[in-house]
Amino acid sequence: MIMPHDADDRYLPGLNIQQQYIEEYLVNYCKQEDLIEIRWGQKVLAVSQTEASVTLRVDTPEGEYDLIADWVVAADGGRSTIRKLMQLRMEGRSYPGNFVIADIKTKINLPTERLCFFDPAWNPGNNVLVHRQPDDLWRIDFRLPDGETAERALEPELLHERINAVLEMINQRNDWQLDWATVYSANTLTLAEFVHGRVLLTGDAAHLLPIFGVRGVNTGFQDCNDLAWKLAFVVNGWARPLILQSYTQERVQAAREICEEGGKSTRFMTPPSRGTRLLRDAVLSFSLSEDFPKDLLHWRTSRPHDYHNSPLNSFPDADRKFDGGVALGQPLRNVKLGVNDYLLDRIGSRAGFHLMAFVGESGLTANLREILAASKNEPFPVFGVVVGASAPAAAGVADVIITDEEGRVSGKYEGAPGTLYLVRPDLHVCARWRQPTAEQVTQALRRAVAH
Amino acid sequence: MSTVEIERVYDLIAEGVDKAGPDKGELFLAKLSLALANLVGDCEQVANAVLAAGRDL
Repeated sequence: MIMPHDADDRYLPGLNIQQQYIEEYLVNYCKQEDLIEIRWGQKVLAVSQTEASVTLRVDTPEGEYDLIADWVVAADGGRSTIRKLMQLRMEGRSYPGNFVIADIKTKINLPTERLCFFDPAWNPGNNVLVHRQPDDLWRIDFRLPDGETAERALEPELLHERINAVLEMINQRNDWQLDWATVYSANTLTLAEFVHGRVLLTGDAAHLLPIFGVRGVNTGFQDCNDLAWKLAFVVNGWARPLILQSYTQERVQAAREICEEGGKSTRFMTPPSRGTRLLRDAVLSFSLSEDFPKDLLHWRTSRPHDYHNSPLNSFPDADRKFDGGVALGQPLRNVKLGVNDYLLDRIGSRAGFHLMAFVGESGLTANLREILAASKNEPFPVFGVVVGASAPAAAGVADVIITDEEGRVSGKYEGAPGTLYLVRPDLHVCARWRQPTAEQVTQALRRAVAH
Repeated sequence: MSTVEIERVYDLIAEGVDKAGPDKGELFLAKLSLALANLVGDCEQVANAVLAAGRDL
């Protein structure tokens, strides 16, 4: 099975990078950023808040102190201290069954694919996943027999025995070294509300998602893309705190969609009942000879979410006039413009809204020119992107010009001349028109910041 | 279905269960259910059949 992918995407699907690298890059970035201070070795003991501020009681080796903040973002993971201190309960379900993940360093001559074994001889009724990571590391992932504890599973002798059994199974009895190992379980749990006064929960602190489909940090990144610009707009006085309600609405919905999809994958990978196990085995048995159930084998992976109900969206009637393109709430789609040159590189790095105007041979109309110019009067950054024009024609109002000689951008966006897209800082569309008026664009911008 | 056809279907399924062997009867019937559901192609009809099959067990 091949993961579906678009030739216009910069990266292929199934790209893997280990957590320690991501953490290293993030910490290095933070060190360079004057606005960020990392205080290692400190622990939150208590949280309290008023309408005006949040107070964290913090423990340090030198003693305790109070940290007073305008806003607290709780990104403290699955065992979130802050979530526990605030006694917030998650909804959803936990699935029975524990899994071991073990990374081993070894040289294996297999293609870079995700291998999944159901019911191998050495681990009857349970699954095993094997796949390559960078630096000659291979990740092995297997379900434990029911009732086995984490301590038992991680005992060195037993772990070694099982890893050897996996290598035996794939005919790669090499020497290997354990890089790390841990035990995890599958959950589809989320808070119903991520905003609690001035405390905003995000990532695993807000939801516990099943591991199937690479959801964890990917969902965390999505949460933060949504939250960061909104919080910045509130802090800068460009949006009322009400805008944060759209964060919880959009991302709780996303978490529920993931629980739904992840739940399906989990029921397939670790069937919780006899019926689900029987049907799962039926599909597996069919996979060798019949095509019709192959969609049930779909590896449902992390994907962007559509915020089609977002209160920040506007002009649904104008949206409906399009047959295709990128609809309200959907994230922008990438387009390959050339070698190492992609649409999202050209517009993704600026922090602010984007107005994406599509022009034809006659160039930027007076109407669109006026709209782009007027948007510069907003108190927050709005960048003009003109697609289909030459540089001199759009000078003065365009921050980004995409000549789009092959018409691939206008094709993908159904961008007939005159079309305008309003894009949020997190690159989700919140309004679009075939022929906007200046008044409509102003209204849409107000709506987008919960004015 | 005519009487002749339903008798044929009856025998085919029984033979299928026997051929699958003592441990695989259930798996065979699960596969057959999925295959037939796919051929029916109508979720609601399948749902009705599931209900009917669940009665008086």
